[in-house]
This record gives sequence, C-alpha cells and structure tokens, in this order.
Amino acid sequence: MSRDMIMDIVRLVLYVACLVGFAAFNAAYLSLLERKLPSWMQLRRGPTEVGPWGLLQPVADGLKLLSKQILIPQGADVLLFRLAPVMVAVPGILCLVTIPFSETIAARNFNLGLLMIFSFGAINVFAVMLGGWASNNKYSSIAAARVVAQNIAYEIPLLLVVISLVMSMHTFNLHTIVDQQAGGFWHWNILALKVSPMMPIAFLIYFTCMLAETNRAPFDMVEAESELVAGAFTEYSGMGFGLFFIAEYVNIIVGSCVGTILFLGGWDSPFGFLPGLHWFLLKMYALSFAVIWVRWSFPRTQFYGLLNLSWKILIPLALVNLVLTAIMLKLF
Amino acid sequence: MSIDAQSVLNETFVLNLGPQHPATHGVLRIKLTMDGEYIMDADPVIGYGHRMHEKMGENRTYAKFLPNTGRMDYVAALFNGHGYVGAVERLAGLVVPERAEYIRVITSELNRISSHLLWVGAFLVDLGGFTPLLYCFDDREQILDLLESVTGARLTFCYYRFGGVSNDIDDDFVAGTRKFIASLRSRMPMYDAFVTKNIIFRKRVEGLGAISAETCRKYGATGPVIRGSGVAYDVRKAEPYSVYSKFNFDVPVYTQCDCMARYLVRIAEMGESMRIIEQALDTLPAGPVMAEKVPRTLKPAKGDCYFNVESARGSFGVRVVSDGSENAYRLKLRSPCFSNMSLFRECSRGMLLPDALALLGSLDLVIPDIDR
Amino acid sequence: MITYIKEIVCGVYTLFVGMWITFIHMFRRRVTLNYPRQSLKMTPRYRGHIDLKRDEATGQPKCIVCMACQRACPSGCIKLDGAKAEGAPRKALTSYTLDFTTCSLCGLCVESCNFDALKFSKEYNLASMNKDDYRMDLLKRVLEKK
Repeated sequence: MSRDMIMDIVRLVLYVACLVGFAAFNAAYLSLLERKLPSWMQLRRGPTEVGPWGLLQPVADGLKLLSKQILIPQGADVLLFRLAPVMVAVPGILCLVTIPFSETIAARNFNLGLLMIFSFGAINVFAVMLGGWASNNKYSSIAAARVVAQNIAYEIPLLLVVISLVMSMHTFNLHTIVDQQAGGFWHWNILALKVSPMMPIAFLIYFTCMLAETNRAPFDMVEAESELVAGAFTEYSGMGFGLFFIAEYVNIIVGSCVGTILFLGGWDSPFGFLPGLHWFLLKMYALSFAVIWVRWSFPRTQFYGLLNLSWKILIPLALVNLVLTAIMLKLF
Repeated sequence: MSIDAQSVLNETFVLNLGPQHPATHGVLRIKLTMDGEYIMDADPVIGYGHRMHEKMGENRTYAKFLPNTGRMDYVAALFNGHGYVGAVERLAGLVVPERAEYIRVITSELNRISSHLLWVGAFLVDLGGFTPLLYCFDDREQILDLLESVTGARLTFCYYRFGGVSNDIDDDFVAGTRKFIASLRSRMPMYDAFVTKNIIFRKRVEGLGAISAETCRKYGATGPVIRGSGVAYDVRKAEPYSVYSKFNFDVPVYTQCDCMARYLVRIAEMGESMRIIEQALDTLPAGPVMAEKVPRTLKPAKGDCYFNVESARGSFGVRVVSDGSENAYRLKLRSPCFSNMSLFRECSRGMLLPDALALLGSLDLVIPDIDR
Repeated sequence: MITYIKEIVCGVYTLFVGMWITFIHMFRRRVTLNYPRQSLKMTPRYRGHIDLKRDEATGQPKCIVCMACQRACPSGCIKLDGAKAEGAPRKALTSYTLDFTTCSLCGLCVESCNFDALKFSKEYNLASMNKDDYRMDLLKRVLEKK
C-alpha cells in the first residue's frame, strides 16, 4: 500500500463522511424549509416553537421518527420490506459522490459522472416499487405500480434533454461540463442558444422531469394520495418512513445539483469574477426553493394527465430539441 | 386455470371511504364497489352525525329551538335561521320591520360569501392545492370579524329572532362591510388568475363530473348544482322572500354541467352577493329592528307553513306544523345537501376515484346538514 | 398544430402567473398571531359565558330571582335560587350556577332578562382538565370581582 493510495483512501472516506453529513443536514433542513416556505406563502409563520425560528424542528421530527416502533405487517416480505428504505436512501448519496461542488471539491470525478447519476437514479424507482410490493397491501402495490409508470414516463424526456446537452459538450464528465460554461452567465447552457434555440425550454423540461422523478407535486399522486391511504409508504412507520422522507429530499438536492451543473454553470459566477463553492450552493438552493415553491402553488395533476403531459408534450418537445441540437452542431 | 384468470379480471372489490375523511366534508361514509380504479357503485351511508334536530323542534318551545338552527349547516348558519324564523313568522302572522329585513339580507349575503370562500378553499384542498385555502380563509376572516361584531358569534350564529333580529348594526359595521367588499373585489382577479385559469386546475375539473339537468330534477338538487347544469332556479327569484325583490341582481347560470360550471357559478354568486349587499347598504332604512308586541312565548295559530330560502347550498326549507301550543307539533327541515348528495350514486358510475372525489367536492356538501 | 403549441404556451404561462402570486404573498403582512403568546381582544358583543352584573350602588348583583333566564335556557344549564331576607324589599340571590358544559352560547338568557342583570363575559381561554371548572358559580364570581 503506497502512501498515495493510503492518502487517497483517507481522502475518500472523509469525503463520503462529509457527503453523508451534507446530505443528512440538507434533508433535515430542507424538510424545515418545506414547512417554512409554504407558511410564508400562505401568510402565516410556520414552525416557530422548537428552537429559535423553529430551527430545531427537524431534530424534534427526527427524534419522533426514531422513537416509533417499526411494525412489519403480517404477510409482508420481511427482507424486502426492511431493504426498501435503505435502497431508496443510498443511491442519492452515491450520486453526490461524483458531483463537483467547486473547482477543487469533488469526491470522485468520473469521466462518466453524468451516466452514473442517472443509473443510480433508476435504483431509487426500483426501491420504491419494492417497498410498495413488500407491504402486502393492495393500495401500496397499486401506488408502487404508479410510481414505476410515472418514473419511466419521465426518464425519457429527461435523458433526451441530457443527451442533446452531452452532444454539444462532448463529454459526460461533470467537471468538464462546468469548465466549458465558464465566464459569465451568457456562457451558461441555459442561454446557449447557439447549441440549440430551445435551450431555455430544455431547462424547463429538465425541471419538470426532475419534479416527476422525485415524486414531488404537482406529480405526487403516489405519496399525497389523500383519496386512498398514504400510497406506497402506508405500512412504513418510524425510521423506515423517515428514510423514504430523507431520500426524497436527497433526490431533490441531487436533481438541483445536476441542474446547476448542466444548465446554470455550476460554480461559475454570473459576472465572471469570484467563482467558487458559494455560487454553486446558491444556485442549488435556488433550484430547491423553486421545487418547493412549485409544490405549494398548484393542485395535483390526475394520473392520466401526468402521463399525457409526458408522452404527448414533453417527449415531442425533447425530441425536437435533440434534432435542433444535431442540426446546429452540424451547421456551426 | 383460464376460468380463474377470468374471475380475477371481473372481480370487484369494496373500498370503504370511511367516516373519517382526509377531505373535510364531515362524517360521510361511502361504500365504493370498484373495478380496479373505476367506480362501479357508490353507496353513501349517512347518519353518523344525526342529532335529531327535528325531534328537538317538537320538544322545545319555538324560541328555544333557535340555537339549533345554527348547528345544522354551520358553514351557512344564517340561512337556516332565516328559514326557521320565516316559517314561524308566517304562521304567527308577525310583521318584520323593514330595517330588520334589510339587515337579514345583508348578513345572509355575507354568510353566503363566506360559505363560498370556504368551499373554494376546501375544493382546492381536495384537488391537492393547499395554498388557496389559506387565502380564502384570510378573506373569510374579515367577514367573520364583521359578523362577530354584530351577532357575537363567528360560526353558529343565533341572530335572527321572531319579528326581527336581536342586535342592531352600527356605522362601524356598515363602513367595515363596504371596506370588505372593496377588498374582496380587488382580490377576485387574483383568484381568477391563481385558480380559475390555472391549467392544472382546469384539467382536473373541466369536462368531469357531468350532471345533467334531468338528473338534477330527478333528485331535487338545487343551488349551484342545478345552476351549473343550465337551469336558472333560484328561490330568491322564483319565490321572493324578505326584501330580495327590491334588489337588482342576476342569477348566474352555466350550461356546461361539469365541475367547472359549478365552480364558476359559485364565484359569480359571490360577485352578485356583493352587489346585493351594496344596494342594501345604500338603501338601508332607519327604524326598529324588532317587531312590537312579540309575545315572550310564541303560540302561533294552528296551521301548517313552509318557508324556503336560498341557502349557499341550495333551497333550504322549513315546514312548521303548529297545534296552537308553545311547542311545534312537527318541524321538518328540508336539507339541500341531502338532495344534492343523492345524485352522487348515479353520476359517479364509471368514474375514476379521484374524479369522483372532485365531483363530491363540487357538490358542496356539509354532512351535518344531511344528518341534522 | 398551432393550437397544440398555443395551448402549451398559455398553460405554462398560467403556471408562472400562479407561482408569481404565491411569491408576492411571501412579502405580505402575516395574518396569524403567535398564540398563546399574543391573543386577540374580543369585540364588545362577543358571546362568552354569561356573568352576573353588579349594581354599582349596593355592590350586589342586580338579579331579582325572577327565573326568566332559567326558563328561557334551551339546554337547562342555569340553576338559580333566591331567598327573601327579613325586612328586605324583594328576593336576593343565594346561588346561581351555570353548567357551561351544556351551554350553547345562544344568548337567550341575556335577552330574556328584563332587569339587565346578565351580560356576556369576554373570556375564551377556557381550557381545563377538570370538568368541575365548568360548573361556574356566577354569584361567587360577581361578588369576588373588584
């Protein structure tokens, strides 16, 4: 074991520990933001009792979830039932490993970083389906089947948009993608009309698909099914439910990070000076704020409306974007 | 093997939309027979909130029944009070002073606006949008504050008395009401842009939950339900009571018969109510608010009287049969929600469950009114 | 084709309008109070539980024990009793209890009193763990009030 390798392993372990901490902290405080932001939009104040301005509320919520008994329903598949929450939470953190937060901060910069993120994102879907099926509850399985349909339908436009970007950037490496957008906001991909005249629309498609992939409103038929019981997570109590909850917020973080990197220039500053980690975090939190904002502004779509939106609107638009990108690449 | 597969495919299961609802309608239980996601049959089970108001009408003197009127349809409590008081006044031959009638109209129309605002919020919550509820409640607070300053209560008003109203309104109330109307008028474009035009809301509500005029007539549905199906029936125009004939207002009617039509009817009704209130405030006469010589214990002449009012939910009717004593012989309350709900069974056949719940929401049911 | 695109564009526009509306509401004045640290003052006509009124000259309640309120109450929650002391012109109140657990705050008792002896209190913070707290002795309350 050479010294370099040991240093490498130590560095990796430190990074992963920090990433887990980052993901957990973000998930906890994003859940507080999820309650504070809508209350500000709804002319009220949100949690203010626990800690100053309610800052200790996630701690209280976490303690509450930890202290509940984990009930396993009769007839449930015990291994899969226990495995599903873990399988949901882990891929999000794994995706964070390859995201470059700034010029020098990245746990592991793969050449195929983008591909890795989308592959792990698919495991998330699989885990929710397992959780729903393993609960031995017909409403959970119906909801789980809906999750799969929804996620498949929205993976396609997401990947089409990303493909058109990758075509123009010539790389899957996230660090290089950000480097190619350096120098001020007119270089960012969202305004790169030379790559494709539909780039801002492509960003909107990406954002919509991210909302649907993370099962957020207005596409949250799965979890906010107040008509039928609680959807795929009905039978989960205590920390099992807590892990699903955390995984949702970690997925939002990952989606926002990827959106920042692909479209908004990563750690680049809008006016060209003082780039760094702070810009990355600012943009990422702006996207997360937008995700929360969208949830509380609209009613839920119907299930067939959701699928119609994907198959009839988003996929054609994404295909048009792809063709336009190809044409622009060939011509210029 | 193939027979088993066939029976599994044709199998229906019963889903119990239990008395405890996430959607805040009250304690209504619906036994749904479902084929997958589609509803084959919806069997409502009511009576979880039955408190025997009609029997209480027989056991109490007429005046002692007044608090009960606020507890049936508590969202629009003043209409119930108006119906009861109007029926007894007709029997007893009491003449209500003009000012009292105007005050009744003003407070009833304010109550109608607050009931519709609550309905808009609750309907959007059923559909998954939680924010408009809070905005509607913010507007509704102003109405409740106004009515509290006059009647002393915010929800279960016990304000109308035989022969008039119990308290007079003062200048603060008049100024406050005018201010409120101006503020709500300026908020209506916001609701229009935020809710009515929202593409997701429209996709959830347009073209769904069709109730034909024929079905409405068959089940006796009234109120915004029938006005959203093209029939211009409003008790205030068909059988004018109180001083409604003195005011200039329209009855909004939409012919699309879907949930969107019923939503638009209620929004338009709020605008019409504001017009009525303004006209009433402008022409409010001075005078007493209580008739003279109303006996302490009312003993109306023997007779049978029916009085119906246009409640926020439909035609609310009260039938009083008097045998000359101080208790009524029979008190019958005609609940608009009962008739409106009875068409749910026929109209929800073949619908998807969330669509059926949107239909249920658009009927504007308050279950204590059904159960009485 | 054109209607398809127009529908998408108009639909997305309404979504942005909706988001803008929720955004500007974030900067409006809060309409909630931080209860129980702040609380509201009730309007003068607010119907809380009833209280006896005191005659400022004598310091005694104005009630002459005519029993009109007890007769008017639909829920039977008022029980009062009085006795005529030796040499006094009329009956004086010896006990007045209100069973608040059945009171419906209708106000018929206050209206039925011809001697202006009852009024509504403005109390609404009435949570308690003990049912006896709601069997209010109104005579004691009025005599103890400063």
